[in-house]
Amino acid sequence: MASPKPINTRNAVAESENIVAETAEKIFADLADAQTINHDKQGAWKAPLWQALTEAGLPLSWVPDDLGGSGASLAEGFSVLNVAGRHAIAVPLAETMLAGWLLTQGKITSAEGEMTVLPASPKDRITVGADGSLSGRARGVPFAKDAKHFAVLATGNGGISIALVDAAKCRIESGIGLGGDHNDTVTLDKVQPVTTKSAPKGFDQTTLMLMGGVVRSLQIAGSLESMLDISVRYSNERVAFEKKISKFQAVQHNLARLAGESAAALAAATSAADTIANAASFDNDAVFLEAAAAKIRCSEAAEKGSGIAHQVHGAIGFTNEHILHRYSLRALAWRDDFGSESYWAVELGKLVADRGADELWPLVASR
Amino acid sequence: MTAALRFDPIRLPEKCEQLRKEVRAFLAEEIAAGTFDPYAPNREDNDAPEFSRRVGAKGWLGMTWPKKYGGQERSFLERYVVTEEMRVANAPTRRFFVADRQSGPVLLKYAPEHIKMDILPRICRGEVCFAIGMSEPNSGSDLFAAKTRATKTDGGYLINGTKIWTSSAHIADYMIAIFRTSQPTKENRRHGLTQFLVKMKQPGIQVNPIGQITGQFEFNEVVFTDYFVPDDHVLGEVDGAWKQATSELAYERSGPERFLETYYVLTELVRAVGKNPDTRSAEGIGRLVAQVHTMRRMSVSVAGMLQAGKEPVVEASIVKDIGTVWEQQLPHRVRDLAAFVEETATNRETLEKQLDFAIKTAPKLTIQGGTTEVLRGIIARGLGLR
Repeated sequence: MASPKPINTRNAVAESENIVAETAEKIFADLADAQTINHDKQGAWKAPLWQALTEAGLPLSWVPDDLGGSGASLAEGFSVLNVAGRHAIAVPLAETMLAGWLLTQGKITSAEGEMTVLPASPKDRITVGADGSLSGRARGVPFAKDAKHFAVLATGNGGISIALVDAAKCRIESGIGLGGDHNDTVTLDKVQPVTTKSAPKGFDQTTLMLMGGVVRSLQIAGSLESMLDISVRYSNERVAFEKKISKFQAVQHNLARLAGESAAALAAATSAADTIANAASFDNDAVFLEAAAAKIRCSEAAEKGSGIAHQVHGAIGFTNEHILHRYSLRALAWRDDFGSESYWAVELGKLVADRGADELWPLVASR
Repeated sequence: MTAALRFDPIRLPEKCEQLRKEVRAFLAEEIAAGTFDPYAPNREDNDAPEFSRRVGAKGWLGMTWPKKYGGQERSFLERYVVTEEMRVANAPTRRFFVADRQSGPVLLKYAPEHIKMDILPRICRGEVCFAIGMSEPNSGSDLFAAKTRATKTDGGYLINGTKIWTSSAHIADYMIAIFRTSQPTKENRRHGLTQFLVKMKQPGIQVNPIGQITGQFEFNEVVFTDYFVPDDHVLGEVDGAWKQATSELAYERSGPERFLETYYVLTELVRAVGKNPDTRSAEGIGRLVAQVHTMRRMSVSVAGMLQAGKEPVVEASIVKDIGTVWEQQLPHRVRDLAAFVEETATNRETLEKQLDFAIKTAPKLTIQGGTTEVLRGIIARGLGLR
């Protein structure tokens, strides 16, 4: 049998079709080198990276020109997130993009600077009071401490609202998440938002969670591509028992499984992103299946894939000095945002049971 | 930059959905007529020659092949729809499946014109069944260790030796097999094997059925004793079979049959838990649905690449690796959840019978058509590790 050509484990979503993702790739390559960041305890890399991203219009990719953004398509923005995942980017790019997208649903002009969204968990609620003020607690909010504004989804008697809130008016209990990035609890106590608008018909917290889940799925898929890439490279360098460890069948089969998990995550995430980019609304079973399945399968892949990547690296991968943890721990941390895989599995299982056994295959085959 | 692992979100084109409706309607009629029971997958070794002809009459066999050979010149994605609908319905495809997927394409590529004109239209009409003669008693995954000899004689070859684990050989009209025509060389141990078209049901061929742990008799031992094969039945290059194996493998490895073989237990579990599942059942079903959806999206993606003329060898191997491991684990995961199904569930007995059969089927799924170990070796080579 002829040997297939050695493949580059980098996926090609980004380099292929769109210039927005190419721009992001170039900025990350120049200003977010994992090795440099890993050794920079002061965080001096952060400001120039954010500035470059802002100048390129990336944080507000999903915000149209008239609302203060750069008006990229959903598909272009999704590609940027896949690239960002490959670089395990530790600035609130995904969060600001998602916040901008949420504000745009309410036709609210986005603020400048870093933003994030709340709530970030399907269990938390922010409510609108009679005076229009917002109250409630949102846990596990990524990068809340770094954000200047929050895009908030709130529930009230008048239905669902979307609001832009000044972060300085909220109480933030700072925490550090599994991935090493800020993961904070935000409490709003009768906070008057900068702007509030009604959410469009059919838009609710589930919509935000599904979209957030797809964002995280793309990042996880990207981080797995990088874990595969650096694990393959390491196995071709590291010598044990007088040969490269890549020559041991046990190691090869582990890496083949990592490739499988990476491929599954990529397929699930890009399929969900493609579905959302082409859907008229979120309010249908196809979007729910695609988005929930992506978060479930990508989270499962994060667990299996990061486990293999660490196994291949041995002790060195368990050190602060090595870059592997930048990808592995973020992939694991991203599982928890906007509903974990077990949460979405329950929701998807309920939907499937409600539709009935004979509707399951037609649903799967419709995708 | 070299190629990359790609799984683009390819969708089946609109015209596939019309076809899907036609296939579902046809299968519903066949079920109503009693041709097969969709809830009883274990009748699959029951041969269904009349069903096969009716599928052929629909134009769903060899549907991607040129019209002059009886084909429809339809796309590989349309074939995908027919295949997955048949699989999910547990239709009795045994008689035509191998010919349609594998043997026909090999003949198209390597057989002389008069053989193509003779056999391909009959495959398209659902009249002929094919087997594949690869494994031997001492060569399974190590294909190139095959010893069954094809010795040159006047006007052809004499075959002596034994093939084994040959699915459907007991009903097959033809076999495409590899036989040894020369010894391997020092430089190339894969040298010396040749692919042949073999007419079955002839003197000189003895087919001995082998019972499987499922209770079925779908594979066989096939013994050749001075069996004559004419020269024009050589497929491709003499001694060069190893060069011919690769591109077809992508088709063989990435189709819906590589993750849907035990799918029926999931459908039946959903039926058994009813409208309001407990949390554990809901979570279990949700995960399995997410997994099968992802598998299918990967498989369709590879189908789309094949349709576009690419050779996604590594991607196809990944689909078969994780697809077969998934369908192997599925009955065990469903069993976990079935423990909580109420006694009153009306399909409880059906589910239990299906689980029994699926659990017995499961071990073969990661062996047939390229073991997990072989596939991971191919993936590792693709990653640049070997």
